[in-house]
Amino acid sequence: MVTRWIPIVLIVVLLAGCAGAGGSPTPTAALAVPEATAAPTATPEQAGPPAGEGATLTVMTHDSFAASEEVIARFEQENNVTLKFLPSGDTGSAVNRAILSAESPLADVFYGVDNTFLSRALEAGIFEPYASPALEAIPDAFKLDQQARVVPVDYGDVCINYDKAYFAEKNLAVPQSLEDLTQPEYNGLLVVENPATSSPGLAFLLATIAHFGEDGYLDYWRSLRENGVVVVNDWETAYYTNFSGSSGQGPQPMVVSYGSSPAAEVYFAETPPAEAPTASIIGPDTCFRQIEFAGILKGTQNRALAEKFIDFLLSKSFQEDMPLQMFVFPVLPEAELPEVYQQHVQVPEKPATLDYETIAQKREEWIKAWDEAVLR
Amino acid sequence: MSSAVAPTPGSRAQPRAVWGGSPLRLLLWAVPLVFLAVFFFYPLGAIFRLVIVSFWREGLDPSVVGAITRPLGFTVYQAALSTLFTMLVGLPAAYLFGRFQFPGKGLLRVLTTLPFILPTVVVAASFNALLGPRGWLNLLLVEGLGLTAPPIQILNSLPAIVLAHVFYNTTIVIRTVGSAWEQLDPRLEQAARVLGAAGWRVLAEVTLPLLRPAILSALTLVFLFDFTSFGVILLLGGPRYATLEVEIYIQAMSMLNLPLAGLLSAVQMACTLLLTVISSRLAGESFLPLAPRLRGEGLRRPESLTERAMVWGMVTLLGLLLVSPLAALALRSVTRFEANRGQRGAVEQGFTLDYYRELFVNRRQSIFYVPPIAAARNSILYAGATVGLSVGLGFLAAQSLARRSRVNRVFDALIMLPLGASAVTLGLGFIIVFNRPPLDVRSFPFLIPIAHSLVALPFVVRVLHPALVSIPQSLRQAAAVLGASPWQVWREVDLPIVARAALVGAIFSFTISLGEFGATAFLARPEFPTLPVAIFRFLSQPGALNYGQALAMATLLLVVCAVNIFLLERVRLNGAE
Repeated sequence: MVTRWIPIVLIVVLLAGCAGAGGSPTPTAALAVPEATAAPTATPEQAGPPAGEGATLTVMTHDSFAASEEVIARFEQENNVTLKFLPSGDTGSAVNRAILSAESPLADVFYGVDNTFLSRALEAGIFEPYASPALEAIPDAFKLDQQARVVPVDYGDVCINYDKAYFAEKNLAVPQSLEDLTQPEYNGLLVVENPATSSPGLAFLLATIAHFGEDGYLDYWRSLRENGVVVVNDWETAYYTNFSGSSGQGPQPMVVSYGSSPAAEVYFAETPPAEAPTASIIGPDTCFRQIEFAGILKGTQNRALAEKFIDFLLSKSFQEDMPLQMFVFPVLPEAELPEVYQQHVQVPEKPATLDYETIAQKREEWIKAWDEAVLR
Repeated sequence: MSSAVAPTPGSRAQPRAVWGGSPLRLLLWAVPLVFLAVFFFYPLGAIFRLVIVSFWREGLDPSVVGAITRPLGFTVYQAALSTLFTMLVGLPAAYLFGRFQFPGKGLLRVLTTLPFILPTVVVAASFNALLGPRGWLNLLLVEGLGLTAPPIQILNSLPAIVLAHVFYNTTIVIRTVGSAWEQLDPRLEQAARVLGAAGWRVLAEVTLPLLRPAILSALTLVFLFDFTSFGVILLLGGPRYATLEVEIYIQAMSMLNLPLAGLLSAVQMACTLLLTVISSRLAGESFLPLAPRLRGEGLRRPESLTERAMVWGMVTLLGLLLVSPLAALALRSVTRFEANRGQRGAVEQGFTLDYYRELFVNRRQSIFYVPPIAAARNSILYAGATVGLSVGLGFLAAQSLARRSRVNRVFDALIMLPLGASAVTLGLGFIIVFNRPPLDVRSFPFLIPIAHSLVALPFVVRVLHPALVSIPQSLRQAAAVLGASPWQVWREVDLPIVARAALVGAIFSFTISLGEFGATAFLARPEFPTLPVAIFRFLSQPGALNYGQALAMATLLLVVCAVNIFLLERVRLNGAE
């Protein structure tokens, strides 16, 4: 009876062995579990000296989370802890995941809920309040939750980026306000993301609602539609396929992206140019401010360490690390911005904002109405 | 095979015969079923329980009906259209691979498989590089014909969706139908021709009926893939189009309306079930046991002028449809575009290996930096485990399904279900149920290959099943009469015949895993980043280097996959030749 299974096992071993043979020089065992051979990968755990007998602190984040090895290693060393990160999709997916696993939480700390999802996370009661002493140094404007269930960590502005060369070449004035965008000279020049599927898309919709009010924003979008606004589903397509200022060299010279994108274009250029190829339009209400928060997940067994990690997120070293890792701004005023930011990023004086509770209440309604007005 | 003589295929077996009275047969059945129960029905059940509880409490809003029918109508429509075009390209291509020998055949076969593994973001980028407003084809036409506007405007339209589906899924038809065609006994066609039947009549009355099970398998798989399409619709169709799967994603992730998302995925699964039952009914009547011929017996070089025109026309078509976007991608990854200099229209282009060089540098000292070799190795290891798991389980399932019975028909439909399950819903289900050791999404390394296997298993079963039922019972009986033990019968009769089908199944499993289908996004483990994960990380930030590195990584994914498929195809299974 046992012999019956031999051919199957044989095939499995053969195929797996063959699969392992190509492309990569290292694996020797045919059916090796990834863990067995994956040692040389740069993992968070290996970023510094071994943490010894220390505990493990798990941090659930969205996929855009990033940090320097050095900064993370220092925290691990100082607190004798191993940090484990759990990237869980985009912001919506990550928040959903945290809510669904609330009964037996997958992590100790959650990082990355923004003001468009905050209310939902707070209603679900997934956070334990923690009034971090580090909060004192943070401006009150960022502290949206009075009970300190979450602390603000970073912020960023969703702004319209434009392709400088295009406007210079065509001798076209850069629009300065939301109203300008409906002018005929900008017909077909703007690409935006669908607010139902994209976080910058939603942020831009919210900016127009903040500016024109609930009664006026749909009319504004109708005139944008008449003026040939292009809608795509995700930031990647908008930026890399449709936008003319990026590597994709698409047809539209204006895109809804981030205020920090021009700095990234310089930082990630093949040969860094003296001047950024793109810039942000920072008129009144043309940008929407997103604030990202972190909180301790209810039910953690590592409360003391989790508190330390929250303090660490607000510390100068982490706050100064964020801009080049995640292309967001530190909430800590004393954190210094990298040079590429100082030179190439424009910060709006009056970004649009909306009360986070209103956003949570109305988001579905707003998106549906937008869909009817713009897409149908 | 158990020593009891199995009922002839097609006859209705009594329930007792299904179990064969032997505990071993029960085991054959039980292992894949337990796998499905634990890793599919349990997590999905947890989600549906949430949904039912919520609807029970809050009642059903009548607007729900519209929320279901609108995407459902479009989903069926675009899937039918896409499947039609995929079959129109795929069947002649299968004929090409099943009947003709021509130079470069092996290479073309590998190349036509590659679209299957590419992440949609990358496909969108390469379609854009080729067909976009500033794509190479448009630039060529504008310059060549002196036009003022790009003549091809296909992105964000229904044709783009159909084209992308043909691009992705033609390989399913080529592999399943092509390999069946290659094994078809050419003497039957010859006999018909000798008896005076015209070419088309041989095709209609001999060849196609014999290929019917394989064609139905391909049809079902292609339709299901189009039916649950997500990335293609989202990225190439644009915001005006939404399938059920897209709507599920929007409801679950953006509106945070889990009950509606759950309801939509229940509808999607019900459709899958219906479709599977219909297709298995249709196929069930047409299995004709037939001894497969030696590999390559029916193959010949194209001779007449029409044949040669057909072969090279088909090769050109496949090259244009399936290979040129890949080539555009690879080319783009070594092309420097000085977009930053702002000379629009006349972009300075040059050859560069910078993007590849940069892959090996952890410029920002990021903790999430992925060395390309490590990403490739992780991808291959996950894919290898997926092949092992799905081919092993697929063999058991197909072997027990080889006997037709009512119980088996249900079992067959159950196995196909994961193809129709929403990846979002299943992923959320995994999170709810697998959150404590030993099955913990945070630490159990096999959950990713398991999730991939759920999608791969239906493929393996679909390709193994027609091969297994085509084995004439008389062959097994003859072997048994001559004194072969059941194990010997299996090894000497069954295995050589199904070996090629098993290989096709293995290749599908491998590519499915490499392309990260299904619920992986929810199970991603940062310690073991795969190639697609690395691609997404690059594409999520602006900058020429990020874009270039994403394309370089995608090209690497293509190469890794091509090399492995090439090696897989060279595996000579026990007695396969």
